[in-house]
Amino acid sequence: MNRFSSTPRRRLLDALWPWLCAASVALSLLMLAALLALLVVRGLGHFWPATLEEITLRSGAIVAGQPTREAPLPQAEGFERLYFTANRDIDGVSWRWVNLDDIVSRSTPSDLIRLERNPWGDFIGRLAGVETGGQLLREDQAWRYLTQALALPQAERPDAELLLVTTDGQTLRQSLSGVSQALAPNAMSWWQKMHTWSRNVWQFLSQGPRAANTGGGVWPAIFGTVLMVILMSVIVTPFGVLAAIYLNEIAHQNRLTRLVRIGVRNLAGVPSIVYGVFGLGVFVYGIGGTLDSWFFSDTLPSPTFGTGGLLWASLTLALLTLPVVIVATEEGLARIPDAQREGAVALGATRLEMLVRIVLPMAIPAMLTGVILAVARAAGEVAPLMLVGVAKLAPQMPVDGEFPYLHLERKFMHLGYHLFDTAFHGEDVQAAMPLVYATALLLVLIVLVLNLTAIFLRHYFRRQRGSEC
Amino acid sequence: MLASLDSATASQAPVTHFSSEHSALSINQFNLAYAGKSALRDLTLSIPRHRVTAFIGPSGCGKSTLLRAINRLHDLNESVAHSGNIQLEGQDIYAPQMNVTELRRRVGMVFQSPNPFPMSIYENVAFGLRLQHRLPKRQRDDIIEWALTSAALWDEVKDRLHRSAWQLSGGQQQRLVIARTLAVQPDVLLLDEPASALDPISTLKIEELIRNLKSQLTLVLVTHNMQQAARVSDYTAFLHTGELVEYGPTDQVFTNPRLQRTENYITGRMT
Repeated sequence: MNRFSSTPRRRLLDALWPWLCAASVALSLLMLAALLALLVVRGLGHFWPATLEEITLRSGAIVAGQPTREAPLPQAEGFERLYFTANRDIDGVSWRWVNLDDIVSRSTPSDLIRLERNPWGDFIGRLAGVETGGQLLREDQAWRYLTQALALPQAERPDAELLLVTTDGQTLRQSLSGVSQALAPNAMSWWQKMHTWSRNVWQFLSQGPRAANTGGGVWPAIFGTVLMVILMSVIVTPFGVLAAIYLNEIAHQNRLTRLVRIGVRNLAGVPSIVYGVFGLGVFVYGIGGTLDSWFFSDTLPSPTFGTGGLLWASLTLALLTLPVVIVATEEGLARIPDAQREGAVALGATRLEMLVRIVLPMAIPAMLTGVILAVARAAGEVAPLMLVGVAKLAPQMPVDGEFPYLHLERKFMHLGYHLFDTAFHGEDVQAAMPLVYATALLLVLIVLVLNLTAIFLRHYFRRQRGSEC
Repeated sequence: MLASLDSATASQAPVTHFSSEHSALSINQFNLAYAGKSALRDLTLSIPRHRVTAFIGPSGCGKSTLLRAINRLHDLNESVAHSGNIQLEGQDIYAPQMNVTELRRRVGMVFQSPNPFPMSIYENVAFGLRLQHRLPKRQRDDIIEWALTSAALWDEVKDRLHRSAWQLSGGQQQRLVIARTLAVQPDVLLLDEPASALDPISTLKIEELIRNLKSQLTLVLVTHNMQQAARVSDYTAFLHTGELVEYGPTDQVFTNPRLQRTENYITGRMT
């Protein structure tokens, strides 16, 4: 018998293994899709003007609010539903769990309105009237007046008092100046809701945070994240490329070089918080403290550079991502055939000319790969930043119209840290959760955009060389 | 011009020296070692001007090493040591006052596999020119056209000078590399198995080019291909294990070698 004959077992294994590989890919894709779907649905859904319900309880009480989610009762059979009832100034709370069995009737009256206010957060109830200039407007007139007034810019809005009634009959006077948005979601068409949704998303992207990061937008955090990543790239790229050139083109390939190379590769595995500690000790206290004592001694003891700031955070992250850039660039340099180098030298080029005119242009795609990896790592890094300059709420943007325009010593906001702070340090965790999802989605999108930019650049440089190398 | 010389070789005397007026390169007692391991031993030969000289020999005999020594390409490798001297037009190329980049401009080199740079055809040929001095564009264009014409490539690429050089065929790339070298007007062109990676048609074109170029400069060719050496070269040097075994006019070396070892190699009885 032929001992190389294929047994059924071998044939089966051979038929199965591609499926095993395909299954792994499918699982990865599925998890990625699930992650994005969760972020998109929860994050973007938050900005949709949700239907408001008015419910009558068995006790006779009437509650109005936005149904949020349901959960089984802790000890008994049945379910309870969480309502966002707002009106924190009246009720003391803005969330309410209602046992489903206690609900006698549910309705969605079109005159229920939701006001966005500052302070005290949202109001849910009805508009009884508007008092302006000694005049009292009621019903439709009042609502029309309110929407028209809110369409004006903040400074041009007239003085007016809103007369509000909650569903359980309590009345409230609210000055117009504290209201930023008024919606009657139950009366809105799909197009109006869409319009409101896009305005909310835009406000989230373009405004600063309110109410201890549980409301408002994330613009300073977006700006801080992108600025820090750009500064980091500007610092890390030249250093990484020069180091890679030294290791690959200049150093003798001996045991010491190999040792340095192994060391560089292992630096990439050092936990990021360790870099944070290093940045705090060396950059902030060491260099920053020295700079303060030399140049800013008149403002001491309040530190200028001797405290966490944009510069130190960028430097720390540059240090953190340096190994990535070195390794990627070095691999790119090693891929360039020696024939290219010899060709240039044989034409009378010096070593510098060979490097600048032939080797470096060919290594640009590899360098960009390194920068892509560095950006992806840096944009999502939070732990070291907490030690070297990120702030829960930065009073000033790091770039403004005041000389020297770019303020490297200022603290800045970061999406990753903002997310962490919103999720765990806010007072109203229920209100913050949708913002956490939205912020997470934004962080993913920003990393994606930064990466796509670098990938596009890499593609551009490859095309320019007309090669696939 | 070389009549007296040729008649001298006809008398079957070992031809390893030309008078200085006929010699472009003269190699004197040249030794070279890689990391202590001897690669070239006591080589002495002189290479005639405006002729094609072929180096033949089995793999590892040192012929490429010798070629690279003439261009001082070994400078890039720290572990190479040498003694003796190589003179280009009477100047010792290893002398301290020798300008290496100027030497490499005067001694062009073409490698085994085509190595055009990842840029346009035009820029490839302009590369060496741009290293030297700024030329007006008109003048640079003229030199590039001349170089490409000399390398028998102009007609094939004149309409796509600004396309990537990597889109050319292997044979065209090798001729482009030759044009690139010619553009800086070298005195000597070293060719290290220039056709070994090419198809027969491209090989023929390169060989024809080599024959045509000798009116302009001195060529030194390393080849594994006996027929090629016989077809294109005027003089042939046979090297074995780092030593020069036999050197003389190609006709003589191929038809009537003085030594048995040479005959064995040429007839394929020794590899």
